[in-house]
Amino acid sequence: MAITRDNVISWIKACAQVVAENRDYLTSLDAAIGDADHGANMYRGFQTVLTKLPDVADKDIGTIFKTVGMTLISTVGGAGGPLYGTFFIQAGMSSAGKLEMEVTDWSAALEAATNGVIMRGKAALGDKTMVDALIPAVQALKEAVELKLSLSEALSRSSKAAEDGMKATIPLVARKGRASYLGERSAGHQDPGATSSFLLLDTANKTWAVN
Amino acid sequence: MKKLINKPEDVVIEELEGVAIAHPDLVKVHYNPNFVVRADAPINGKVGVISGGGSGHEPMHGGFVGYGMLDAACPGAVFTSPTPDQMLEATKAVNGGKGVLHIVKNYTGDIMNFEMAADLAKAEGIEVEAVVTDDDVAVQDSLYTAGRRGVGSTVLAEKVCGAAAEMGRSLKDVADVCRKVKGWGRSMGMALTSCTVPHVGKPTFDLPEDEMEIGIGIHGEPGRTRMKVKSADQIVEMLMEPIIKDIPYKSGDEVLMFVNGMGGTPLVELYIVYRKAHEIATKHGLKVVRNLIGPYITSLEMAGTSITLLKMDEDLKKLWDFPVLTPGLRWGK
Repeated sequence: MAITRDNVISWIKACAQVVAENRDYLTSLDAAIGDADHGANMYRGFQTVLTKLPDVADKDIGTIFKTVGMTLISTVGGAGGPLYGTFFIQAGMSSAGKLEMEVTDWSAALEAATNGVIMRGKAALGDKTMVDALIPAVQALKEAVELKLSLSEALSRSSKAAEDGMKATIPLVARKGRASYLGERSAGHQDPGATSSFLLLDTANKTWAVN
Repeated sequence: MKKLINKPEDVVIEELEGVAIAHPDLVKVHYNPNFVVRADAPINGKVGVISGGGSGHEPMHGGFVGYGMLDAACPGAVFTSPTPDQMLEATKAVNGGKGVLHIVKNYTGDIMNFEMAADLAKAEGIEVEAVVTDDDVAVQDSLYTAGRRGVGSTVLAEKVCGAAAEMGRSLKDVADVCRKVKGWGRSMGMALTSCTVPHVGKPTFDLPEDEMEIGIGIHGEPGRTRMKVKSADQIVEMLMEPIIKDIPYKSGDEVLMFVNGMGGTPLVELYIVYRKAHEIATKHGLKVVRNLIGPYITSLEMAGTSITLLKMDEDLKKLWDFPVLTPGLRWGK
């Protein structure tokens, strides 16, 4: 079973919904170790994305992702704007021209997206950032592809890996981003960026697995 | 939350509308993307100097747009870096053919957004140099963090770089002035109270009535340590010692001393801080040859102060004294 263009649009819409529902949660995580703007910034970005979707609903998946990325870059601000913008633009380049994605295509797109985030933010696994959720999700997805698991099983494992990665940020001492100024005091708090990354991948799992 | 606002989401735009009405002789406001630009921009043959950052630090940066200082400033949402499209359009609006300097405070988001804007501007054939300010000595272990935060030195860099550009210096020379400030300026701040971001609606951090945070950042980022409130003189000692030791400043050095208010601290207290900071500097053999005292890089309504020392040479003194005419800083013209 493949992920269609309409599935992609549904995922992005669901992401906007999930970000809106978790706006205060993300902001409160950010207030603990950052500057208390992550929820509001992501909300502003995805609300603007919703207004752009009708223009690209009949385009290829690559164009849809790139439009999401460009919109996030120009509306989110902070570190989240360039990072999530790069995430979707790289996913878009990987899926350019496609009207549907097999699980291998999604795996390649997610890997390209994650590599884009790593390049832009210069963060490594364990720095207490978004990539702590993204890298395990990519790994799990690739393994699922090798095992030739079904799409829904692959998405479920990827989402679970992102969740574990997100939770694993709690004891970490931040080395990148504003939380790094806290040093040891950043330990004991879950990273807001890893949390929003998990939420997006978990939403992909919930939106696409039902197909 | 008790604030003089209408709706949280309208704070930045309504502030910009106020600025545009108040200072039409000095600045214009461009909307979508948002930036404040000199009324007479672009100035042919002059290097453009722009900065930007989250709102909530007024008068920095928009209040420093005008003759002898910034050519444009890009305001983000409160405490959120602006986006690349803002810096790109501002860069184009101030490009007088001699290139544009980006003065960027060292925060992960600011760096990434300015880098993307600089790449786009270069792709359009505009020469861009970026200098990152990172003067906050409260951040100690730089190898394992995003590096020191850009704070008070940024205001001083904008003043002297703006003067250098006004004098007709090249992009490289103006950027060199900025790098000198980056090398010679150090700061540290403290907070007596938290601040409330309008769209969050509650204080960024909890600080009990009898405690203070030493080494606070300008977005309410926690600092080095939290302790019971002490006297002004004791607090100033805690701020001055790490600053002086850092470069280190040497006996006989001439310095500019900048005592900044975080937004909620009155001038009466800032002068008490200045009095003690001046005494400590003098005791170390430093000669305070220039000063700036007041709320210039604020953190909304936070009560507290930051102290910045900038080592001065003849050129920096000349650039500091050069006329400036902006909404937030004006002399000599």
